Amino acid sequence: MSGSSVSPAVLMADNGPGTVVRIHGRHIGDRVYRGAITFFAICVPLLVALVAWEIAVAGWPTFRHFGLSFLTSSDWDPVKERFGAAPAIYGTLVSSAIALVIATPLAVGVSVFLSEFAPRWMRQPVGFLVDLLAAIPSVVYGLWGIFVLLPLLRDPVMPFLRDTLKLGSTPFFSGPAYGPSMLAAGLILAIMVLPYIASVSREVLLAVPRAQREAALALGATRWEAIWRAVLPYAKSGIIGGIILGLGRALGETMAVTMLIGNRQEISASLLAPGYTMASLIANEFSEASSDAHLSALMAVGFTLLVITIIVNAIARWLVWRVGGGAASKPL
Amino acid sequence: MTLRTTAPIVLLATALIACGAGGSGSGDDAKPASSAAAVDLTGAGATFPYPIYSKWFADYARETSVKINYQSIGSGGGIRQLTEHTVDFGASDAPMSDDELSKAKGPVMHFPTVIGAVAVTYNLASLQAPLRLTGDVLADLFLGHITKWNDSRIKAVNPGVALPATDVLVVHRAEASGTTYIFSDYLSAVSPDWAKAPGKGKELSWPVGIGAKGNEGVAGQVKQTPGALAYVELAYAKQNNLPTAEIKNASGAFVGPSIESATAAAAGVAGKLPNNTDYRISIVNAPGADAYPIASFTWLLVYRNQSDAAKARKLKDFLHWYLHSGEGTAASLDYAPLPDAMKTRLDARVDSVTVGGTA
Repeated sequence: MSGSSVSPAVLMADNGPGTVVRIHGRHIGDRVYRGAITFFAICVPLLVALVAWEIAVAGWPTFRHFGLSFLTSSDWDPVKERFGAAPAIYGTLVSSAIALVIATPLAVGVSVFLSEFAPRWMRQPVGFLVDLLAAIPSVVYGLWGIFVLLPLLRDPVMPFLRDTLKLGSTPFFSGPAYGPSMLAAGLILAIMVLPYIASVSREVLLAVPRAQREAALALGATRWEAIWRAVLPYAKSGIIGGIILGLGRALGETMAVTMLIGNRQEISASLLAPGYTMASLIANEFSEASSDAHLSALMAVGFTLLVITIIVNAIARWLVWRVGGGAASKPL
Repeated sequence: MTLRTTAPIVLLATALIACGAGGSGSGDDAKPASSAAAVDLTGAGATFPYPIYSKWFADYARETSVKINYQSIGSGGGIRQLTEHTVDFGASDAPMSDDELSKAKGPVMHFPTVIGAVAVTYNLASLQAPLRLTGDVLADLFLGHITKWNDSRIKAVNPGVALPATDVLVVHRAEASGTTYIFSDYLSAVSPDWAKAPGKGKELSWPVGIGAKGNEGVAGQVKQTPGALAYVELAYAKQNNLPTAEIKNASGAFVGPSIESATAAAAGVAGKLPNNTDYRISIVNAPGADAYPIASFTWLLVYRNQSDAAKARKLKDFLHWYLHSGEGTAASLDYAPLPDAMKTRLDARVDSVTVGGTA
């Protein structure tokens, strides 16, 4: 400590954590640095809070005027200035749920294949192609949906589901098959969230220690049993984290969904029927909304979407925490 | 579509280039009013007339070196920005309501620029000649009162035409748009049922059908779905060779959408305008044998009393210019020009824009 030529890094390395405090007290550069990064760290949550506050204030007149019926009414009429966002809330949740139901098994399957079965030369290119799905702009997904997915759904997929499989007798697949529908939106969202879930799952599976697999195989487990009972449980919390990331993407996706969902303000149990989502509603109407009531209603929809996203993420955090804790304490 | 979506980027790029040019070469052009900024006038609003406006502003800049920056952010946004006076002029596909006018910082004048027409398009493979529709049949189709193509009321106006016994699939615009405003303005004019609900607006509570995004989304849906029925703006229908229906006009004639029939609709109304009109007028279901009934003006919005004399001068010069030179190029981009009778009256109206209370 006597020589001034000794650098702080050396001091830290030699003397352990306690030294940091002393350096902090001594050097103005460190204090500035500490202040700067603290400021940046606070900026992010502050920004989120500011956004939430601004949207809440702008949407407040709508919440006050319509009360709870804003969330439960299906009557969205900008001409008469009556606003109920129930179809959009329903559509957001249902289309995201369809996306996760379809994408999760696919994504986990791809990552198990890539981490456990694929020959080394295949891993990189296939993994890269899956990741590439995340790089495609959503308007391109929308166009692909209009020109490829919708015609396919209209004929033969929807008639097959409804008539050949006789699913039309349930309320979920009844009604005419026009193409634009909740099903179409759910399918395009599934493709869009797949790379997020797959790439997180792959990384998590690759991080599972070799010993975990070898131990299971040594005990006489088959390849399948080793993956299902030793590898996947170990990676569970990470995979759920990936699913949540995908869900966040699905809830907020706007462009591709707008182009495929049919934009109809109606709650229908049938997946073949058109619907609406909150994000599409805002995107569709904001640019031309000139009356205060209409603008406020759109802000209120934005605030509702924000709150739903926060709730979903909180549930997800809790799930990851619970699953993570459970996996660690459970003997394998 | 590509033109309109890339528009903001192009504008941004132009603005950046303009800024750069202004910064380096401000010494040689020493006009006191324009030396501070490279852009002389700014405007914002409607997306529907954006292609013709950007052509006008480019032509005008070439002829007079007065630069006008226009942001096609939508009519609603244009009215908001004009109300807050963050732009020198606004643009809208629907006239400002009395409520909106009362919120503006002073009286606002409406200047019709071009006429937009809305075409009714459909997917009926069996049809050779254009489908014919009357206003009340069209309204009932969009209200969901008529659900089959071989309905007796459609047959009645299309004698001898083989119409399929299939369902009508109505496709409408999903996002708020001036096209929807014009179309619903027309249906409100011809159908009391429609006027009651859903009424007229840029965004409606549609009784039936599915919403598609943009003219291209609507047209794509129609092309793929046999039995579909929809409306798109005339320029889009023309450029893509979509089948368009002939609509029965106020004089009883079936007229197809075209630039000539849209101008004829304006001429029919223009002849009967009172002297003190504020030009917030609808030209749907216009009189005249050649008039296409689903048409509307689109407007520039200008404060009657300008605060900045130099800007007012430039703005008035431009307004005169578009009435004389600009209108001539409108048809090249599939917009219908104003009828000649209106131009002289609007010229006089430009002169009534004042600075600080004096002309």
